[in-house]
Amino acid sequence: MAGMITALILLPVAGTLFVGVARQNYARGIALGFNALSAILAIALWQGFDTAAPGLQLVERHAWIPTIGAEYLVGIDGLSLLLVLLTSLIFPFAFLAQRTGRGFCALMLLMQSALYGTFTAQNFVLWFLFYEMSLIPAFLLIKIWGGENRDRAATKFFVYTFLGSVAMLLSFLGIYFSRGTFDFATLADLGKTGLLTGNLAWLAFAGIFLGLAVKVPLFPFHTWLPDAYESAPVGVSMVLTGVLSKMGVYGFVRLLLPLFPHEIKILGPWLLALAVCSIVLASLAAWAQSDLKRMVAYLSISHLGYCMLGLFAVTARSASSLIDTHAALSGVFMQIFNHGVTAAALFYFVGLLEQRRGLRGINDFGGLMQRTPLLCGWMSVAMFSSLGLPGLNGFIGEFLIFKGSFAVAASFTAIAVIGLLVTAIVFMRAMQALFSGPLAGSCSAFPDLGRSEKWIVVPITLLMFAVGIAPQFMFNIFNTTVIQMARLFA
Amino acid sequence: MTSWIVTNLWLIPAVPLASSLLILTFANSRRRTGAALAIVGQVVALALAVMAFLPTLAEPGWRAFHNFTWFTFGEHALRIGWILDPLTAAMMMMITFVGLWIFVFSTGYMAGDKNFTRFFAYLSFFSAAMLGVVIANSLLLLFVCWELVGLASYLLIGFWIHKPSAAAAAKKAFITTRIGDIGLFLGVLWLYGGSGTLLFYDDGNGCLERAGLLALGTSATFVALLIFSGAVGKSGQFPLHVWLPDAMEGPTPVSALIHAATMVAAGVFLVARVYPLFSLGAIDGVTPSLTVVVWIGVITALMAALIALAQADIKRILAYSTVSQLGLMMVSLGVGGVAAGIMHLLAHGFFKALLFLGSGSVIHGCHHEQDIRKMGGLRRLMPVTFLTYAIGMMTLSGVPLFFSGAWTKEEILHATAHWPRSFVPHYLMMAGVVLTALYMTRQMIYVFFGNRREASEHAHESPSVMTVPLILLAVCSIVLSVVVTPAWPWLHDYLNGEPAHFAIGQLIQPMLFVSLALVAAGIGLGVLLYRNAGERDPLARAQPVLFRFLENKMWLDELYGKTVLAWSATLSRASDWMDRYVWDGLVRGVAGVGQFFGILSANFDEHGINAGVDDSATGTRGLGRFMSAWHSGQIQTYLGVVAVGMLALLILYAWLA
Repeated sequence: MAGMITALILLPVAGTLFVGVARQNYARGIALGFNALSAILAIALWQGFDTAAPGLQLVERHAWIPTIGAEYLVGIDGLSLLLVLLTSLIFPFAFLAQRTGRGFCALMLLMQSALYGTFTAQNFVLWFLFYEMSLIPAFLLIKIWGGENRDRAATKFFVYTFLGSVAMLLSFLGIYFSRGTFDFATLADLGKTGLLTGNLAWLAFAGIFLGLAVKVPLFPFHTWLPDAYESAPVGVSMVLTGVLSKMGVYGFVRLLLPLFPHEIKILGPWLLALAVCSIVLASLAAWAQSDLKRMVAYLSISHLGYCMLGLFAVTARSASSLIDTHAALSGVFMQIFNHGVTAAALFYFVGLLEQRRGLRGINDFGGLMQRTPLLCGWMSVAMFSSLGLPGLNGFIGEFLIFKGSFAVAASFTAIAVIGLLVTAIVFMRAMQALFSGPLAGSCSAFPDLGRSEKWIVVPITLLMFAVGIAPQFMFNIFNTTVIQMARLFA
Repeated sequence: MTSWIVTNLWLIPAVPLASSLLILTFANSRRRTGAALAIVGQVVALALAVMAFLPTLAEPGWRAFHNFTWFTFGEHALRIGWILDPLTAAMMMMITFVGLWIFVFSTGYMAGDKNFTRFFAYLSFFSAAMLGVVIANSLLLLFVCWELVGLASYLLIGFWIHKPSAAAAAKKAFITTRIGDIGLFLGVLWLYGGSGTLLFYDDGNGCLERAGLLALGTSATFVALLIFSGAVGKSGQFPLHVWLPDAMEGPTPVSALIHAATMVAAGVFLVARVYPLFSLGAIDGVTPSLTVVVWIGVITALMAALIALAQADIKRILAYSTVSQLGLMMVSLGVGGVAAGIMHLLAHGFFKALLFLGSGSVIHGCHHEQDIRKMGGLRRLMPVTFLTYAIGMMTLSGVPLFFSGAWTKEEILHATAHWPRSFVPHYLMMAGVVLTALYMTRQMIYVFFGNRREASEHAHESPSVMTVPLILLAVCSIVLSVVVTPAWPWLHDYLNGEPAHFAIGQLIQPMLFVSLALVAAGIGLGVLLYRNAGERDPLARAQPVLFRFLENKMWLDELYGKTVLAWSATLSRASDWMDRYVWDGLVRGVAGVGQFFGILSANFDEHGINAGVDDSATGTRGLGRFMSAWHSGQIQTYLGVVAVGMLALLILYAWLA
């Protein structure tokens, strides 16, 4: 089984080459074919993964640049596997959502490869390489195929996140020069007793925090996101929100929290406050948007805030009991997956509406229920999933996060649940404006969901129900990792 | 057999749910199949409910549950389960039975609707969710179903989605109840953290049993109040009642099923279910949380009864009546009369469904006119509707002896009389009885008596598919009295888990005469006031200011609109503004600083370094040009220079010599 992860990382790169030499109208087909192969490989990885065993599995380790401590070290634990599966799930749908040519497909595949690498690399140098490698295709995809304001949005996106990355790189160089390793596991062990001391520790913390907070994004480092998501083409928006936004959360779990437990405890309440601000203020801002894409983008920020709330709650207070830590971590992992699925679906639906109408303002539609009941019905499911209706996927993660954070930080949680209410208001407003009332003249010729569109909508929706009703198969992926991490954070 | 039904109690909600899904997937265009599927689902659910009801009769206080693990996170199993006890069994019977007749009624009422089958799918879904609420043995499962009930209600209120008012009402209902649900959600979290389990009963380890309650300790008060906020939202208690009257935008059978008989009862049911949390540490049956329940109930009951007096829409009057009755039930629970409150809830389920379906029949007969001032004299045109409606009206008003609602209301008055904290709720509830009789008399007179007005001119009796459910529900409203009288308070004892007793001497209580007097006063006053009422309400003539105050629902909607709603909308705009100008402004500022230094550097490059280099280059070039002039390569010049040099040297030599 050795080499599977490397194969997974290289497969999309091979796809890029094939797409590059193919004819324009075959490009998407080839990309989808490679995605099918990636999906098969990801499922094989899942099968080969022993859910009961702690620690990294399917590890591949080769010397790379020994003088700077860089190794080619990849491996997966439950969290990595979850994200690999999520990546394999979202990309095919993103390709299906958009008719495109060669360049687009090649860049998307390159990004996919970078994402696989980010989620499996266990050495900082390698990880950082992949982390940055995902940024460039994203930048180009927005800049070339984006909508209005794409130049500005792409530049803002690139420069902002790149600045954060530079800060993170500097911090890691500092860590390397004082501790001499880039290995995640070793660093986490060192983190328990204090990785660095004095001002250097704070500097390093600040640099890494900045890099990741921009990536997630955490309030107030989020302003690049609405612009980027709004300008990006549908397929790219789906990937950005579905997968790319998880890189930041993943970074928090993998790097910041294990490496700087002491600093996080000191800053605890402030970090929790930032998470709560993310949740509440972003959902309030979503309410004020009239552009559907911007609205979903803001809700994306709010929903990632739940992840941050759960993570900060279990690490910022030492009093948390084991069950709460387990609940919060499990909730965060569930939320990572669920948000990926649901937010991507919402962007897809907004894309369908935009495709039909040419516009995507909330007031550009009306009475759609009379004309396109299927589109409205399935879109409503995604909306209800996003607002955390029980029985759908969103609820499980949110419930567990709040369960964990309430026991540790009751007052912060009590404010954060306002976000649940505001999210409901946002979607109720959208549904009222889009679906109800008399049929708007501009929408009277809308076709309902077509066959190819149903092929995207139905499987994703069924997945939402499956996770919402019988989520055990999801928990099995990461339960052992959760237990192990809880021990690390305790 | 007994254990089979307990383990498989989930089938009861699952059957209507399956009907709903089947209709949505396969029978979307087949109207008869759709309706048949829904009704069959309801019949099966009723049959199973009866099967579940029988074992609960075995012995007083019989209770069985079935728990299992929903999922395991980390090392912890999250368990949920279902419970079968008298409360669940009685609620299931009521929901499935009343629901069934409402389904039947709907086949007539909705016959002309374009989305007929979708309507039945939603109704079945609603029924499933509601049954899920009552069988839940875990606050989490209850919350899950609770939210689904909210969703069903949203879908059904907004069923006529092309009407903007219906869509607005649906949105309002969902959001208003969700405000309460946020509190309930926090209650769930707190309860889970405090007692370590969300199971109600678990062989002594549940959160309602000794161990769980002990672990909770004093925080039980807060947990109870948070849970109560959920009940306030769902059961339309003050201050979250505003959605319920607007919910009348939905088709009338929906109003009957959801906003009278079942869904709004969920809040009362919830309080009854987790009653041990409310009564933990009670002194004389009084706890802080129960006191809150009482006063909220009192305010709701009186306020709604007063507002009902000034409404003109036949369904809105009933809606406020529902709010008022729910308040009464809450009062009953708060003062310790749990069984009395639930009995009234069950009886109310029957007679309020009857009244709503009756109003549906009237609306149907009057060609969708809902204003009672435009009706009149319908008793001759719609005799069946009139008779059954009259029975419903008398049950609601509490006319003694023959009507179930009267006995249950009497029971509640009894309970309030013995509340040690204060006598005020008792007297206010008595006033409530008078008001109830008054507004129902007003409605009866306007709709069925007097002269025919514009809308009742061509009214007709409804078809039998609609009248038969009315008759059945009317009969039930009367027959139910058999088990609720003080002489044989079977239902009371059944719910309380006590052996049933029979004492014919207990039948006539002093309270009976008090009730009689109150109801007589209400009806008498009503007849006196409204006997010759015209288009203009007598109350409006006598007290125009008061009437307008009540007619406009005490301007609470306006108040909320001007305060909470406006403020939160402002907040959202503020958040957007902050994003654009403060947080993004900072980012742009940083970018600007970067750009400034960029430009500075570029200029320095251009005019400093570059200019220096340029200047030195120019200088060198000038020097070169100057020097190159010396190397012109022309012999004549060179010879000339040599000649001049020679000459100069010669002169120098001559001068020196």
